Amino acid sequence: MELIWLIPAFPVVGFVVLVLFGRLLGKPAAGWFASAMVAGSFATTLVVFLDLLSTQSAQRVFEQKLYTWMPAGSFTATFGLMADPLSIMMCLFVTGIATLIHIYSIGYMRDDENFSKFFIYLNLFVASMLLLVLGNNLLLTFLGWEGVGLCSFLLIGFWHTDLANSSAAKKAFVANRIGDFGFMVGIFLVWVTVGSINYADIRAYAPNLAAGTATAMALLFFLGATGKSAQLPLYTWLPDAMAGPTPVSALMHAATMVTAGVYLMVRLNPILHEAGWANDVIAWVGVATALVAATIAVAQNDIKKVLAYSTVSQLGYMFLAVGTHNYVAAMFHMVTHAFFKALLFLGSGSVIVGMAHEQDMRRYGNLRKYMPITAGTFIIGWLAIAGVPPLSGFWSKDEILAGAFNAGPAGPVLWLLGLITALLTAFYMTRQVIMTFYGDEKWREDAHAEAHAGADEAAEAGDEATGAPVATAVAAVDHAHDDHHGLTPDHEPVESPWTMTFPLVVLAGFSIVAGVLNLPFSDKLERLGNWLHPVIIGEHHMPNAPVLFGLASGAITTSIVGILIGYAVYEKRKADPSKIELSVLARGWFIDESYSKFMGGPGRAFYQGVADFDSKIVDGVVNGVGKGSLGIGRLIRPAQSGIIRTYALGFGVGAVLLLVFVVTRMSL
Amino acid sequence: MRVEMLTFLLSAIICLGGALGVVLLRNTVHNALSLIATLFGIAVLFMSLGAYFLAAVQVIVYAGAIVVLFLFVIMLLGVDKVDHIEREVFKGERFAAVAVGVAILGLSVTALLSVGASATGQASANRALDPTAPDINGLAQAIFTDHVFAFEITSVLLTIAVVGAIVLAKRGGAVIDLEEFPDGPAVIDEPEPEPEMEQSGAELDATADDDATVEASDDSTEAEVGS
Amino acid sequence: MLELTETWYLVLASLIFTIGAVGLLVRRNPLVMFMCVELMLNATTLTFVTFSKALNDVGGQASVFFVLVVAAAEVVVGLGIIVAILRRQDNADADDLSLMRG
Repeated sequence: MELIWLIPAFPVVGFVVLVLFGRLLGKPAAGWFASAMVAGSFATTLVVFLDLLSTQSAQRVFEQKLYTWMPAGSFTATFGLMADPLSIMMCLFVTGIATLIHIYSIGYMRDDENFSKFFIYLNLFVASMLLLVLGNNLLLTFLGWEGVGLCSFLLIGFWHTDLANSSAAKKAFVANRIGDFGFMVGIFLVWVTVGSINYADIRAYAPNLAAGTATAMALLFFLGATGKSAQLPLYTWLPDAMAGPTPVSALMHAATMVTAGVYLMVRLNPILHEAGWANDVIAWVGVATALVAATIAVAQNDIKKVLAYSTVSQLGYMFLAVGTHNYVAAMFHMVTHAFFKALLFLGSGSVIVGMAHEQDMRRYGNLRKYMPITAGTFIIGWLAIAGVPPLSGFWSKDEILAGAFNAGPAGPVLWLLGLITALLTAFYMTRQVIMTFYGDEKWREDAHAEAHAGADEAAEAGDEATGAPVATAVAAVDHAHDDHHGLTPDHEPVESPWTMTFPLVVLAGFSIVAGVLNLPFSDKLERLGNWLHPVIIGEHHMPNAPVLFGLASGAITTSIVGILIGYAVYEKRKADPSKIELSVLARGWFIDESYSKFMGGPGRAFYQGVADFDSKIVDGVVNGVGKGSLGIGRLIRPAQSGIIRTYALGFGVGAVLLLVFVVTRMSL
Repeated sequence: MRVEMLTFLLSAIICLGGALGVVLLRNTVHNALSLIATLFGIAVLFMSLGAYFLAAVQVIVYAGAIVVLFLFVIMLLGVDKVDHIEREVFKGERFAAVAVGVAILGLSVTALLSVGASATGQASANRALDPTAPDINGLAQAIFTDHVFAFEITSVLLTIAVVGAIVLAKRGGAVIDLEEFPDGPAVIDEPEPEPEMEQSGAELDATADDDATVEASDDSTEAEVGS
Repeated sequence: MLELTETWYLVLASLIFTIGAVGLLVRRNPLVMFMCVELMLNATTLTFVTFSKALNDVGGQASVFFVLVVAAAEVVVGLGIIVAILRRQDNADADDLSLMRG
């Protein structure tokens, strides 16, 4: 267990080595090296995990203090790592999925000229993420939190020569800053009240917290979590973040980084336990996000945008679980979601590569013929996210919904909204699968008209993304012209290389079986619940068996109905899709646009005022001090005439004054 | 008693005369020679105070070395220097200088005379003068025991002074770069007759404007500084 | 007949000092100004020796010894500077040497 420092150390070594020798290692080697480092991290995590497993349940906490980081008066922050069931579980799936995605990236990025740079960022990301998870205090978590934010920024803007990409990166950064503000103030508040920022101390102190203080803390940390985990109202950066390379979307913006907010909330469950109505806020924000994002996903045509909104929606589920004290379900869904959403993203990446970097689903169709492995694994992911038993998604989603049903008087409403979201999820995923893998081979139709439609769509997306309509729209049209012309009517899609399909297969396997982590049939089968038991304060009560069974059958029915509707609309053409894909949905309920409008109008006036205050008043004071000193200097500068006689005269006058002093003292 | 008094008065007259000569004479060589007179007078006073060694050093170092050095420099640079003592950096400077001098003199004499006929103070506790031995014995003991560090440091000081003098005197060595100081000296003016003080105010202003009176040059200096 | 006391010496010293000080303030020739400084130094050494005698302490004479050494060093460097300046800028006096003006 003393090995836990090795877990983040491996990717750090990878990062440093690649920074120094990345170009030297060359194209495949740098990627393999980075993958090996993350795999080493995964292996170490496994060792620690087994070690932890062999100890008593109550003693499964191991802290390793590496050194004192910031000794400042009574405030000390140690650089310490903590291995407990929660952090090790996070580490396991982070390093596991990261390893697979590293391998996938070797194939995906094979034609990119900045190949080694990509792996530098990926390794740095993994290191930061592990630090976030393993840190034994809030400040260390915050360090990792900022580290992953930085990597996110760098990787979204990886192809930064395109204006839309770099503004998407900026947007992600700014949205995260808003959340980070909450996180930071939360840390200050914890320090002031608890007197320590170590998780162990917080946990010990939590029962003494006043309800108001705990509520404030919970809301502040939740603000941080909404930024990082893309919840209402800060979710808008995540769909734009799809500008980054697809492995990045899979690793950071689906599987790991965006779950950091959920991890933080679960880690701070002792505070949430005391936080009162803050939990209701979390639950309602979660379910609202889930529902809104799912409705938007219905009308998206970009294959990655659909998955992005789906991610936002699924994260909403996790927060719903957190808000209803159902932490085990939140973590459970985090793991299963990591598997199937990473699978779906990697699958979409495989499709995108196969289709000459075309991302518009309206130009896909019948791809299962050309890309059997991608299609097969993607379909598994689809069934998992749609909630079809016995795939993993069903178990975790059902646990969240059942838990929500039982959460106080508002529980059934939360459950119903969650169920509607599940219906929409099944529907839009079915739509995506059918558009991509079934039907006609639409790229063989009139390519030119389609390309322009694609460009228009991209322009619209760009408009949505940045609030700088003209520039980005132009950029997006350019982009369309540059890249999409690769997709010609005589294009023959081919299956991706094994480095890309191998991770798909592995993830598909996990997506199928991950449900066994936490089966609701007996206490013994709730392995995840038992495993996390020492970390979580307070009991969560599931509904009793008959109700549970009823809810589960309701969920299954919903999933199947959703799939059938999707099948009817998109395969059998029983209804006109344009009646469902409302433009209000395609444009995301105008939420993003209204942000842009507000920030361009009254918001701009406000921050212009703030800027003026800063430049006139604050700077005025500072400059005034400088100018005052200058003025005084100018006034007394003639004294430094450089003429010796004047100086000597000054001496003489001084001597006279001294003598006057002596003589008057003497006469006294 | 009478002899001592006579000695003191004679050397005092020589000292004061030399000092006034240094200040008042226009020829630099005469200044230097007047300085020698003062130094010799002081050497005599040292002797009458029993400081024979210091009297010797005074003659050898000051009169023999320092003043000779002065004369060397005067000869090197030429003796035809005209000193415009009438020019003032600011108005009333010479008056202020004299006033300061008078004040220093008056105050110190007041201080001296107010305590009575003789100087007072704490008599020596550990290094008394020994009237039986030559004064040089006591002086040597003081310098090489109590003040040995200061003594060593003065040797370093002398070394530095010699090195510095060589560096300064080296032809082509460090000189003041006038391009670096384009403003030039603060007071740049040709020698010219002092403006008549009886002039009316307007005329005085006119002169001040176009001629480089002290005031005008002062103004121009300030203007340069301001720019 | 008045008795010759140390006060006589001290008054003489202050007279020489004052003459030197006024000369320093009035004259503009750097060489003469230097000589005035020497006058002031000598006036000071005279008071040192006088007090040495009056208070029966050899320390005053030791101080004079050091003043002599420092004065010699000062003259060497000072004259070196004057020579260096006048070699470059002929006919300069003390008021022209104002490059250190603020």
